[in-house]
Amino acid sequence: MINTPVLSVRDLVVEIPTRHGVLRPVDHVSYDIAAGEILGVVGESGAGKSMTGNAVIGLLDPPARITSGEVLLSGQPVHSLRGEALRRLRGKRMGMIFQDPLTSLNPLLTVGDQLAETIIEHLDVSQSEARRRAVAALDEVGIPAASQRMGSYPHEFSGGMRQRVVIALALCAEPDLVIADEPTTALDVSVQAQIIVLLKRLCRERGVAVMLVTHDMGVIAEAADRVAVMYAGRLAELGPVREVLGRARHPYTAGLMASTPLASQGRARLRQIPGAMPRLGNLPPGCAFSPRCDRAQAQCHEEPGPTLKRCDGRAACWFPLNTDATEEAEA
Amino acid sequence: MLAYIIRRVAQSVLVLLVVGLVAFAMFRFVGDPVDAMLGQERTQADIARLTAELGLDQPFPVQYWRFLEQAVQGNFGLSYRQGRPVSEILVERLPATLELAFVSGLMALAGGIALGIFTAIWRRGISANIIMTVSLIGVSLPTFLIGILLIYLFSVELGWLPSFGRGEVTRIGWWTTGFLTESGLKALILPAITLGLYQMTLIMRLVRTEMLEVLRMEYIRFARARGIREKSINFRHALKNTLVPVITITGLQLGSIIAFAIITETVFQWPGVGLLFINAIQFVDIPVMAAYLMLISVMFVGINLIVDMLYFAIDPRLRVDRTAGGH
Repeated sequence: MINTPVLSVRDLVVEIPTRHGVLRPVDHVSYDIAAGEILGVVGESGAGKSMTGNAVIGLLDPPARITSGEVLLSGQPVHSLRGEALRRLRGKRMGMIFQDPLTSLNPLLTVGDQLAETIIEHLDVSQSEARRRAVAALDEVGIPAASQRMGSYPHEFSGGMRQRVVIALALCAEPDLVIADEPTTALDVSVQAQIIVLLKRLCRERGVAVMLVTHDMGVIAEAADRVAVMYAGRLAELGPVREVLGRARHPYTAGLMASTPLASQGRARLRQIPGAMPRLGNLPPGCAFSPRCDRAQAQCHEEPGPTLKRCDGRAACWFPLNTDATEEAEA
Repeated sequence: MLAYIIRRVAQSVLVLLVVGLVAFAMFRFVGDPVDAMLGQERTQADIARLTAELGLDQPFPVQYWRFLEQAVQGNFGLSYRQGRPVSEILVERLPATLELAFVSGLMALAGGIALGIFTAIWRRGISANIIMTVSLIGVSLPTFLIGILLIYLFSVELGWLPSFGRGEVTRIGWWTTGFLTESGLKALILPAITLGLYQMTLIMRLVRTEMLEVLRMEYIRFARARGIREKSINFRHALKNTLVPVITITGLQLGSIIAFAIITETVFQWPGVGLLFINAIQFVDIPVMAAYLMLISVMFVGINLIVDMLYFAIDPRLRVDRTAGGH
């Protein structure tokens, strides 16, 4: 029990059958998240970040489905659960925060109703107790005068406050795992920082495991403990945030960092990664990143793409950067 | 909110004034009433006297004003054909039409919403697809044909239900009702189905489309992600959002049930205002026609007004007088 991670994803494969063959938006992805830990999942649009999150909570839109691999929640397999069994887990054991607080709240129900409904669904409490807990949940996410805002409708809140309500909703039944799918993307920059601080605080205080899906390297640097970089459905790199961001081993991570404007670095000109991520139906035979990689060699173009397992466990690359070996060679 | 209501009422009054103008214009342009009333043997003096008596020598705006004055008091003059006050005839006929419209409207709403939800939730099921296919018949068959088919099947072949009339009615004050007798209720069934079927299929298809749209929304996904049970998602989260646009169309549809009752009433010889209107056209009974026109437009405008008020009850975003804040 001591070392069982809250979430354990093992060789997860999500496939979408189409007329032109089967697409794999998530291809043999494995990672763990421990209690109180924030795992950042980054990558470009279409890299499979959100799809991984949806697969974990069982909200894949058909025809997308999990075809192999495991999702373990505190050691218990949940990837094969359906219907009622899955519904009981959602909200109670794992919560989800959506990208746009404007569209993720029901406009015709009061905030209090939506909270109380969720609490009653999962916890064996009375209506009045549920409302008391709802007020506490609003209070915890920093909604001022929480008890007076229970009767307010979503449109009566600002964007940042609305996202706080969404977070309160995701956490009100006290789940062990929260999947935050681009929680700051739709918000003003000044509000983004507040939401990140809030997420970090809740994660620390409650010991919740957080899967933070984002394309924003700044958010990752600010919030995550560990980071998983995804490219074309696969994990490109996985490791502690300081190491991955500071000493990226996968050329894609390095490229991603070089193309991210960081105020502290004061770089005059941003570098960009040439080309675009290949479409899922049209992957190159070798490493998916090889057509865009300036370090690619014959092996990269010909052999099937490297996986974390087949490489050093941190970067899925035949010729990683910043390893002890490469540094010796450069020295 | 109050300003909105006042504005809507003002708009309604404007609409009624325009309809009143049309109704009034009928008197002037569809034949000469003096001609019709005096007959063959008349003198110039007779014509002048009657013209003055009827106020036809006054300028147009004055005549219109008088017409409105009378109309507001429910006075539309004498029926040319029956020689009785038009208002009296209308009051006699109105309960029949209103009862028919009420029953078929209720049927259309309840059936349409229930079937719409059903076909949206089980959209891949066999029964939902059968209902959708059958509903095409309801949308495409003309009302009179449905009526005739129903009469043929249930009255002529099976002999279960009467093919015409209202059956026995009970008088309560000035109102006559068919709800209290068996023959009255039996007589209601076929006309109500005929009148309501089209509306029902329309409402059903509308509810289905809206519901499918709403079920794709992000807040439904979020509700699922919170583990809310399907029943609550469908009937609490989705249905309420579905009803906002449905109310508009439904309101208009209910108005047209009363207006389109003409055809159904003719097919079933239902003694309502629609049948009265058809007969009035045959005899160029202009006061009856004008009064009918006004009556229908008052109902249409009234229903629309109620529908607009209903928005406020359902959609909190329109209640602007609530305090917004929390920024």
